[in-house]
Amino acid sequence: MSWMETFRTSWSAVHSHALRSLLTVLGILIGIAAVILTVGLGLGTQKDVSSQISSLGSNLLIVTPGSTTDTSGVRGGFGTSSTLTISDAAALASTVNSPDIAGVAAEKSTSLSLVNGDTNWTTTVTGTTPSWLDVRSRTIAYGSFITDAENAASASDIVLGSETADELFGTQNVVNRTVTISDRTFTVVGVLSSAGSSSSDNLDDIAIVPFSTAATRLIGGTSSNSVSTIYVQAASAGQLSGAYQETQTLLANLHSLSDVADADFTIASQDALVGTATAIYQTLTVLLTGVAALSLLVGGIGVMNIMLVSVSERTREIGLRKALGAPPWAIRRQFLIEAAILGLSGGLLGAVLGIIAALTLPAALGSSIVVSVPAVVLSIGVAVAIGIVFGVYPATRAARLAPIDALRSE
Amino acid sequence: MVEPVIQSRVEPTSGSTEPVIALAAARKVYRSGSLEFEALRGIDLEIVEGEYVAIMGPSGSGKSTIMNILGCLDTLSSGTYRLGGDDVNDLDEIDLAQIRNQRIGFVFQQFNLLPSLSAWRNVELPMIYGKVHRDERKLRAQRALERVGLGDRLANRPGELSGGQQQRVAVARALVGEPTMILADEPTGNLDSVSTRDVLGLFDELHELGRTIVLITHEIEVAERARRIVRVRDGEIVTDEVNAA
Repeated sequence: MSWMETFRTSWSAVHSHALRSLLTVLGILIGIAAVILTVGLGLGTQKDVSSQISSLGSNLLIVTPGSTTDTSGVRGGFGTSSTLTISDAAALASTVNSPDIAGVAAEKSTSLSLVNGDTNWTTTVTGTTPSWLDVRSRTIAYGSFITDAENAASASDIVLGSETADELFGTQNVVNRTVTISDRTFTVVGVLSSAGSSSSDNLDDIAIVPFSTAATRLIGGTSSNSVSTIYVQAASAGQLSGAYQETQTLLANLHSLSDVADADFTIASQDALVGTATAIYQTLTVLLTGVAALSLLVGGIGVMNIMLVSVSERTREIGLRKALGAPPWAIRRQFLIEAAILGLSGGLLGAVLGIIAALTLPAALGSSIVVSVPAVVLSIGVAVAIGIVFGVYPATRAARLAPIDALRSE
Repeated sequence: MVEPVIQSRVEPTSGSTEPVIALAAARKVYRSGSLEFEALRGIDLEIVEGEYVAIMGPSGSGKSTIMNILGCLDTLSSGTYRLGGDDVNDLDEIDLAQIRNQRIGFVFQQFNLLPSLSAWRNVELPMIYGKVHRDERKLRAQRALERVGLGDRLANRPGELSGGQQQRVAVARALVGEPTMILADEPTGNLDSVSTRDVLGLFDELHELGRTIVLITHEIEVAERARRIVRVRDGEIVTDEVNAA
């Protein structure tokens, strides 16, 4: 019996009991949909987080004050005095001490109101050095970025993000216009090119002032030299661990620490940040995977159950086919394919349901779900395999029926 | 090329002294726990090509066992069964399936048509297992149905046919593979007298065309249509005579 004949026969058996077949594959359907959603949610979260983190720049190490210990406690910190200063950043930038470091940018940020006439816009005002532009991989659309001279002079110059410019002036080319922050007038010297926004962080809504200006005129704090973040850019991806070592050693020396385990700062790579951010989703993934696996198991047992019913209903047919010359393997194959068709139907319906859910749920959940084609194909394959595995026993029973007994049954 | 479906008389193969069916000292014992039941107690039976034989006996006489043995649906406990010159005693299930497919055309009391398939799909079933090409299957199934007078019922399902018509579909299915013999088990047991005459007339025609037919029945009226009547009782052959009628 050819494969095509077998398929036709098996398909008509499934098709003639459409409702029963649909109910049978419900478990598989739910399981496959859950698998697609689980994988999609995991990938979506990872994509969100990593695009957010890679938007910071490339080959970056992010140094923050205080240390995160294994027990999640924080040592040192803002309360007393920030442990990172602008001189730490300057030392890291020295090529003598740190050959693997290509650039260093220190940031000191706070949220402030920018005013243009009667337009008022609150955004993150960041004091930083000219190296920021390269380290954060940003470009200027209009005008120029802040310069060392402006920095040295604590000049009242400001660079705006494209969206900030839009909100304040209704246009983006606003070089030489002025904004007022805390009653102090700033001249716009440049506007950043748009970098897009990630779900939690709008990279285009930002205002940059020289570090010295921020330290002395805008942002208070116990130490005007303290910084909130130092971005260290490695010269290449391969030099990232070298840059990490140099940063750690240098900062430990500067802070007179004998043991890096006592560090009052934290160095994180972008990869590590992605890992940390996605770790919380692992629990969710494990849970959903468990639900999916259980559902698939139940679905498989459903297939086995209905296949046993199918075999006993069609005992006479099996007997007849055997009398007409069907060898046992042809009977086994017929029922295995019937089980595989059930599995495939469940898999396809589950994939459709999963994809529909993946396309509609993000709007409600606010997190992206990525439909992974390999995951969809693989899970449909798994559904077929479940059908076959749970079909083996019923099919073997059918193949073993003695033709005379089968023909005699009513 | 499409082989003809029994449109013409079957020519006896050269030197056909070898019988189509040869049972020698055939015994069949059924065991159920400690109970033993001897269904066949040493049967010798030879049937040559082109014969029309009725095996007759009351229920429990062993005629159904003979039918199962002749149809290769069951094997002997001892003795030999040669079908078309080949010993089928020690064949495995797969070889037996092939023999049933190639050499035997079954006609059952219950018709045993698949209700979901049209007449011609039912008729093509044995050829599906005989690896006959698709187009040829359809053509041969059509011809076989025309042969039994159902050329206009090709697409009808069994439920849309009368009992007599259903049994004729079953006869077409038995014919279509050009088997060595047609084995009919109480073929008229479920039919009214008109359909019975109809189906038995068909067997007569097939016999005229040279087919070998073995018919198993308990009705003397049916058995008398055959040219040779073998009577069995208690697992043994009682009489084996040419039907003079």
